[in-house]
Amino acid sequence: MLKKTSWLLATTIAVTFGGVAQADWKPAKPVEFIVTSSPGGGTDNFARVVQSIIAKHKLMEQPIVVTNKGGGSGAEGFIYTKVAAGDSHKLTFGTNNAYLLPYVAKLAYKPDELTPVAAMALDEFLLWVKADAPYKDAKSYIEAVKAKPDTFKMGGSQSKDTDQTLTSLIQDATSAKFIYVPFQGGGAAGVQLAGGHIDSNTNNPNENAGQWKAGAITPLCVFSPTRLQGGVKVTATMGWSDIPTCKEAGIPIDQFQMPRTVWLPGGVPADAVAFYADLLKKVSETPEWKEYIERTSQTDRFLAGQDLKTFIASDDAKNRKVFEQEGWIAR
Amino acid sequence: MENFASLLHGFGVALTTYHVMLMMIGVLLGILVGVLPGLGAPNGVSLLLPLTFTMDPVAAIILLTSMYWGALFGGSTTSILFNIPGEPSSVATTFDGYPMARQGQATQALTLAFLSAGFGALVGVILITVLSTWVAKFALRFSSPEYFAVYFLAFASFIGLGTASPFKTIVSMGLGFAFAAVGMDTVSGGLRLTYGFNELLSGISFLIAVIGLFGIGELMLTMEEGLRFDGIRARVKIRDVFRTIATLPRYWVTLLRSAAIGCWMGITPGGPTAASFMSYGLAKRLSRRKEGFGRGEPEGVVAPETADHAAGSSAILPMLALGVPGSATAAVMMGGLMIWGLNPGPMLFVERPDFVWGLIASMYLGNIVAVLMVLATIPLFASILRIPFAIIGPVIVVVCFIGAYTVAGRPFDLWLALAFGVVGYLFKKLNYPIAPLVLAMVLGDKAEDAFRQSMIMSRGSLSIFWSNGLVTTLLLIGLALAFGPLLSSALGRLMKPKASSAVA
Repeated sequence: MLKKTSWLLATTIAVTFGGVAQADWKPAKPVEFIVTSSPGGGTDNFARVVQSIIAKHKLMEQPIVVTNKGGGSGAEGFIYTKVAAGDSHKLTFGTNNAYLLPYVAKLAYKPDELTPVAAMALDEFLLWVKADAPYKDAKSYIEAVKAKPDTFKMGGSQSKDTDQTLTSLIQDATSAKFIYVPFQGGGAAGVQLAGGHIDSNTNNPNENAGQWKAGAITPLCVFSPTRLQGGVKVTATMGWSDIPTCKEAGIPIDQFQMPRTVWLPGGVPADAVAFYADLLKKVSETPEWKEYIERTSQTDRFLAGQDLKTFIASDDAKNRKVFEQEGWIAR
Repeated sequence: MENFASLLHGFGVALTTYHVMLMMIGVLLGILVGVLPGLGAPNGVSLLLPLTFTMDPVAAIILLTSMYWGALFGGSTTSILFNIPGEPSSVATTFDGYPMARQGQATQALTLAFLSAGFGALVGVILITVLSTWVAKFALRFSSPEYFAVYFLAFASFIGLGTASPFKTIVSMGLGFAFAAVGMDTVSGGLRLTYGFNELLSGISFLIAVIGLFGIGELMLTMEEGLRFDGIRARVKIRDVFRTIATLPRYWVTLLRSAAIGCWMGITPGGPTAASFMSYGLAKRLSRRKEGFGRGEPEGVVAPETADHAAGSSAILPMLALGVPGSATAAVMMGGLMIWGLNPGPMLFVERPDFVWGLIASMYLGNIVAVLMVLATIPLFASILRIPFAIIGPVIVVVCFIGAYTVAGRPFDLWLALAFGVVGYLFKKLNYPIAPLVLAMVLGDKAEDAFRQSMIMSRGSLSIFWSNGLVTTLLLIGLALAFGPLLSSALGRLMKPKASSAVA
């Protein structure tokens, strides 16, 4: 009798707590962070900052394992995520490449086979030229390019990716014509500009900050609706907030930003998505995160749930238009 | 002079008990990951990276760079003992290191490898100390045409190396280019030669190919020949280590030339692998004992090892000063730098001199620590060869496959390694050289990207390759190296009939 009661009791407790546990999902084993870039890339930096913040503030009990799957511009990582359908212990870090890559290459995954969790920041794009170039603002540079079409070299990271998309948008908006030269990464494009081998690039702030500080290159404008957050002066005379937006500078492009996104595989419970969204929200509220955002001059914007879906849909549509126009869509 | 004052200050930062202890731990871990083929320095460093988040940047970078040195040393060990390169950059060490070990000279080969490696690293660090500002400026002059010329130079210095027929060399190199082309192409953004296999998206890892071609291929051959290692009777004598140390000055020309090649390739991102191949190629060409190469010539161990480490240490400079990593491991460390809150770039030297000079000072110390530690491991490693093949053979198979798996954690790579093993066996049986394939795999896609970027820049005109003094010089040296042997033999043939007709 006693035995039976205790068994009943145990079951009741198990059911009650089990129920609670289900509503409040928690990882039961180590969580794998899949980075869709090679070590040292922007996405790698993003994922490892999140990892270091979670570890420092003990925001999660389970340990984190970071793996880099950057093959095929990150497609390797997304396919790995797709194959892991239903596994809520795999968190994938990327950019808008998660939903844009399948347009330009024939890949074995579709964006809707991944579950969006959050977008944590928007990386900015700027138009950079060499510091000793004779252009004082974006307008005069664009005029110079227009005067001699197909002679100015615009460098960028990879092909049919954000930098080339932006170059295409600039060409459309201003009818200037560039030669686009794809390099292995933004860092290489930055050094090529500093060495004077190309005329301009559209690097993210973080990729060019060092060369700007050293006086080798200078920004003309930022492709953001508002100016960047202030902070200290980078050079003797200029800080990030002194850079005009491209719209004020005469290039009619309102906004071109790249979200830093986090994904789960398809078919995971909604509670797991909520758990990670909440975890990442907590990460984005730490001083270390603010410090990362400021150091890399990104825009701090946390998106999850419906907001995220709306954002992705509009970003997807905008990019798709360029891809179609340029004939990049892979069949 | 200013640099020396900074360096002394750096020694003050680096020389604490805590830091020296970190160096020793780092070197030990490095030797471990270096010895295991596939794991390698880039993987090892990225595994260790999370542990450094809570450390201060100077301690963290000391730990990581020490691991890097250890891995570079460890990589040569298996090249020499088992013909299995632990690191891509130690492939060239197998050419003469392994024959030496088979002739019972494992101790000598290991000692020479470690010492010349230490010498190379030291030259690299001295270069960073003395010429940091100038070198950073020089590296800025390199663009795609110059890169292509550098890769061309590497290929050219390697042509005509083997004893195999030129056609077999071309077949092998062509296969290498094809393997290098697999995966996503940077310039067009399209997929190539993947045949719908997701596993091939990221290309064929060079490490997998090396593990298969060298490790597994060699094992198959050994099994066929009678299940034993020939070096087995060699006795390990501590005295041999010291005796070999005394012979090192004999190779001073090779040492200096290889160190120069290494530094050059480390600064202009050709990387340690290209450096070691190029250095081996030149050493063979310029040596008076050409026939000895490939059959256990000590100079053939000294040349690639010196260049490998000179490139490895000088690759740190472009990482710090330009934010462009000169090697895969440097790329991982650069990621670390950013997480510790440092921005690599020209201003790092100005803003954080304590970090930069602490690191440079630690490179001197770390390499000395590493050389002493690996020298101490020689008797241990050399005696591994005395274990019967029946035991060590299966262990090598297991290590090879574990290595192949750790490269990217994909079961597909195991099959790939096995396939490469069969290719390696067939190559050896049919007397095709493996080295051109390996070189083409390492540099093929980089050379291709550089060439196509140049073509985009010049809008399709080849004239970009003689548009400035730097690229013209590089290309001319390359052409001279590539066609020099051909021309001299053609000239020789032209001269001969004349001479005979004169006699007649």
